[in-house]
Amino acid sequence: MSAELEISGLNKSFGGIKATDDINLAVTANELHAIIGPNGAGKTTLISQLIGSLRPDTGRIVFRGRDITRMPAHARARLGITRSFQITSLVMEMSVLDNVALAVQARDGHSFRFLRPARAVAHIREAARGYLEQVGLGPRADAPTVALSHGEHRLMEIAIALASEAGLMLLDEPMAGLGPEESALMVALLKQLKGSRTILLIEHDMDAVFALADRISVLVYGHVIATGMPDEIRFNHDVRHAYLGEE
Amino acid sequence: MALRHWITLAVLVLLAVMPPVFIWMGNPFYVDLATRLVILGIAATSLNLILGYGGLISFGHAAFVGIGAYAVGIPAYHMLYGGGEAVASFNGMFQIPLAVAVSALFALITGAICLRTKGVYFIMITMAFAQMVYYFFISIEEYGADDGLVIDMRSQLPFIELDEPLQLYFFCYASLIAALLIVRTIANSRFGMVLQGAKGNNERMVTLGYNTYLYKLTAYVISGAMAGYAGALLGNFTTFISPEMMDWSRSGELMFMVILGGAATTLGPLMGSAVFIIIEEVLSNYTIYWHLPFGLMLIAVVLFARGGLMGVIGRGRDGK
Ligand SMILES: Nc1ncnc2c1ncn2[C@@H]1O[C@H](COP(=O)(O)OP(=O)(O)OP(=O)(O)O)[C@@H](O)[C@H]1O
Ligand SMILES: [Mg+2]
Repeated sequence: MSAELEISGLNKSFGGIKATDDINLAVTANELHAIIGPNGAGKTTLISQLIGSLRPDTGRIVFRGRDITRMPAHARARLGITRSFQITSLVMEMSVLDNVALAVQARDGHSFRFLRPARAVAHIREAARGYLEQVGLGPRADAPTVALSHGEHRLMEIAIALASEAGLMLLDEPMAGLGPEESALMVALLKQLKGSRTILLIEHDMDAVFALADRISVLVYGHVIATGMPDEIRFNHDVRHAYLGEE
Repeated sequence: MALRHWITLAVLVLLAVMPPVFIWMGNPFYVDLATRLVILGIAATSLNLILGYGGLISFGHAAFVGIGAYAVGIPAYHMLYGGGEAVASFNGMFQIPLAVAVSALFALITGAICLRTKGVYFIMITMAFAQMVYYFFISIEEYGADDGLVIDMRSQLPFIELDEPLQLYFFCYASLIAALLIVRTIANSRFGMVLQGAKGNNERMVTLGYNTYLYKLTAYVISGAMAGYAGALLGNFTTFISPEMMDWSRSGELMFMVILGGAATTLGPLMGSAVFIIIEEVLSNYTIYWHLPFGLMLIAVVLFARGGLMGVIGRGRDGK
């Protein structure tokens, strides 16, 4: 199996804090790789470096054989990397459908198109509706984004990630703040996606992680202390000591 | 049709009908006022593209207007007094494209730098570039320095005689309609969606793969070019230009018009210009401190009527 994403020797410090400490990690194509770790372990910081919104101090990020360490964020997105945000990040002033349509539009060639009304471009609007239906938000498509609940915003994040049709999805705690029913819905959704693309899933919900992950890496103080199959991680002494034991 | 569409229609019809009526009634002064309103409306509409739809708080928009006006005045000056062979001309078909081209170029160069910054830095640096142009023209003795430059001859155009107040007016009016349509079309296009998306959440748009910097820069150049066009009209209207037209307070007035009338609405900037002109006309008869009530009104709008006048009108009936 080929490595879709290879991270080697990655380091990032904020002042005195080492948020990323010599991370080496290879993510295989189409695997669902979970990253777990206590609060402040550097999970979001890792994603930010992978997506390009943060520059690592040292190290290399290779995606599909291509070094993307210094590539700007928008160019990485065009290569097929997308993320969802731990803290919901949507265009609140626009409708639900507009938000998803912008993701579809982004891979429909450039958007230096000035004449035709964007909302009249049928293939974009229809595709966007399709993604919203996939996450169960079809009936809410025309609502203003601000009017939706927190759970619905989380689902919108996923619809947008889906609409990017990215080969690599970086999901930052998609279940954060969801109720039990909404979480179950999200797990079912991720199960559906599993196998069709590479997913790096950050999640605190251990039941979800053990139900979904092909492999798990454990991040503590910016360093990967273990990588393995769910069962290996579950019974790994260091992991239990450093992380699971705390729960 | 929604209420705001009726109002748009009514305003535009009124603007088409009233000036000839004023002339017929022997009141040419009001035609002057309407001309100024329409020109300011174009300038404010151009600012709306970046301020309203792009969320870019540009505090130097009057510089583009001034550059446009000088692009009419300087060629006319050289035509009369010699020198400057490269630009000397009375021809509007040369002057107006020159105004658009030079202001677009200025927007491209300064925008490329300003758009690297955010927030209050962006406000400050757009203002700084505008003040730079202001002091540049103050330092040029040949073009009248801070006394300004009289334009002895209006732009010569085929079929249109700009010395005729009504013809000048309708030339400006047609330009206003075009400006409103251009900004409206751009705002609703795919480009406009990206621009508005970046205003709401820039990081999200970058994550989707948009190089938002390029989209904003393009909008900035279009906006600057349109403001330069408005400046060429203003030069022809006042037949006088001075650096004072580019002062930061002029830029502030344009921002007032956009926000007061309703940022990111088609007609808002024009409505804001109308309110501005009315207040200026009425109050400047009574007090030299007429800016004060205008400032208070703006604060009231920002605090109590988000979305400006058009926002208030829209809420009345359509809930938006
Ligand atoms: N922009 C920043 N500036 C300074 N310190 C930062 C910054 N971003 C993160 N940090 C610090 O880096 C460390 C890792 O933060 P990060 O957000 O990556 O953790 P996390 O694993 O995502 O935590 P959580 O589970 O709470 O989301 C923390 O100590 C945090 O305070
Ligand atoms: Mg985090």
